[in-house]
Amino acid sequence: MDNNKNWIDQRFPLTKVWNEHLAEYYTPRNFNFWYFFGSLAILVLVMQLLTGIFLTMHYKPDETQAFASVEYIMRDVDWGWLIRYMHSTGASAFFVVIYLHMYRGLLYGSYKAPRELIWILGMVLYIVLMAEAFMGYVLPWGQMSYWGAQVIISLFGSVPVVGPDLLVWILGDYAVGDAALNRFFALHVIALPLILVVLVFLHIVALHTVGSNNPDGIEIKKNKDKDGIPKDGIPFHPYYSVKDIVGVVVFLIIFSAVVFFSPALNGYFLEHANFVEANPLKTPEHIAPLWYLTPFYSVLRAIPPLFGSQFPGVLAMFAALFILFALPWLDRSKVKSIRYRSAPYKVALGIFVISFIWLGYLGMQPVTELNALLARIFTAAYFGFFILMPWFTSIGETKPVPERLTE
Amino acid sequence: MKKLINKTLVALTAASLSFGVLAASSNIKLESANTDINDKTSLVNGAKLFMNYCAGCHSIEFMRYNRIGQDLGLSDEQVNDLIFDDKKPGDPITSSISEEGAKKWFGNVPPDLSLVSRSKGVDWIYTYLKGFYEEKGRIFGVNNTVLANASMPDVLWEIKQSKSEDAYNQDVRDITNFLDYVGEPAKLVRTSLGYKVLGFLFVLFVLSYLLKKEYWKDVKYGKWRARD
Repeated sequence: MDNNKNWIDQRFPLTKVWNEHLAEYYTPRNFNFWYFFGSLAILVLVMQLLTGIFLTMHYKPDETQAFASVEYIMRDVDWGWLIRYMHSTGASAFFVVIYLHMYRGLLYGSYKAPRELIWILGMVLYIVLMAEAFMGYVLPWGQMSYWGAQVIISLFGSVPVVGPDLLVWILGDYAVGDAALNRFFALHVIALPLILVVLVFLHIVALHTVGSNNPDGIEIKKNKDKDGIPKDGIPFHPYYSVKDIVGVVVFLIIFSAVVFFSPALNGYFLEHANFVEANPLKTPEHIAPLWYLTPFYSVLRAIPPLFGSQFPGVLAMFAALFILFALPWLDRSKVKSIRYRSAPYKVALGIFVISFIWLGYLGMQPVTELNALLARIFTAAYFGFFILMPWFTSIGETKPVPERLTE
Repeated sequence: MKKLINKTLVALTAASLSFGVLAASSNIKLESANTDINDKTSLVNGAKLFMNYCAGCHSIEFMRYNRIGQDLGLSDEQVNDLIFDDKKPGDPITSSISEEGAKKWFGNVPPDLSLVSRSKGVDWIYTYLKGFYEEKGRIFGVNNTVLANASMPDVLWEIKQSKSEDAYNQDVRDITNFLDYVGEPAKLVRTSLGYKVLGFLFVLFVLSYLLKKEYWKDVKYGKWRARD
């Protein structure tokens, strides 16, 4: 065994990588519930890639065959229904995990120096993931696939001057059709997953360069023992690898409960209208994207058109997404963790979370006068969180941060 | 930390409660179908009724005759009894009505019902089938409470008149149940497999938790306890 290891080590840094990133990668000892979601995101990514490969073997990206080929997978392919449900539930699970992962960043200030780049890479990942999910949802070619794509893609048509040309360039046609379905398939199965995997690699490399933050928001590398090991650090492997296994099993229990007992989750994971084949002549009564995109869809609808153009709404929607990139520089607080933050920050974060959830809910509902008003209020609150952040993070009394982890 | 989780939970509950109030807005009250996909007798009766009363006009093209036989435990003879034209047991179940004829008689082509239980739900099907009432002036003399101006005749009127109310309700329920199965044949095995998977995962949870606890003794009391 040792001989084999030597043989490889002379040719490839196997032991070195193992030690640097696992066995001698020192991690804060006080990770809590919120720290499971990074490893779970990797699990879901791998699951999506594997189930996706098997779906690709049977799916037909053709506007006349796509819908039937999905039903073929559901009925005639051995275990096809399970693979498809794992993939469709996996898409929603990915966003559940990612939203909790990002919220952890907000709770403990994980985006603050020196981890700005990890946050930025994570944000790019999040946006690529949204594109991946959106294009994947078009593939079953149901009514919601078709009309959801029609609505979202038509947004690009509202760009001044180049809009109409841009639209045709994206679709390869004047409307969503076979050309769009084929290119979305190509992007969904090759281009975007490749980008996701590379970005995940970079995200982890950046993380391992500076080390993990923790619920106290203290740099454990400031206190090292005589061997140069952080006094509050423990090796990632085996301690966090065995802990993450528990997280994986709990996740799989919840995931399986959905897959086996309620795969459509009452229309939240698979919309009812998507069990009707795409029909360009029949607009559904109510078009709503899947839940993970609805907060931004709400922002889009909250902004009234200007001179008959939807463009301001489109700009607001993208602004709502891209403003997250600026987070590390908007936050002026001296402390990272919510545990030591001032009261104004805690209040602002609470308002932000409620606004985001409400925007998500409103994005699924038809527009009524009350809903439109609520969407505007919560959109204002959403942007207020970021715009006012330099102010509310520099006022109020922060608690003293201890020297060492509090456990 | 606990406080924080509590606060978050309170905020979420408050938010979801207010969602409920907003979400309660549907005009047609659907009757509960109370179907049971594990009730094979009901499914077999539903299959027979569907072939007799529905399949003349409506296809269920994602379904094959012999698949129904396999799933519901029917003999080859019983499967053949479900076929009224010259189709083979391995063929998809398509209707024998022509598109032109359908347009002439009903105004449009009767939709394929393979996925109606998934797009509309069982309660909708049940209420719809029972929702026909007489109205003069309509082509078939009936209208529907769920789908106004439906161009379908009340094909089950014969059962409604000849059987007791309970028996009629049960027949409608059986057709609904059958369509639920047709919408997702995997539903027959999905939940029972789910219990086994969950059972396995619970055992795995106990083992993985004990493993974690064992390792973390090092962190609590052993080599990796907080160092100064």
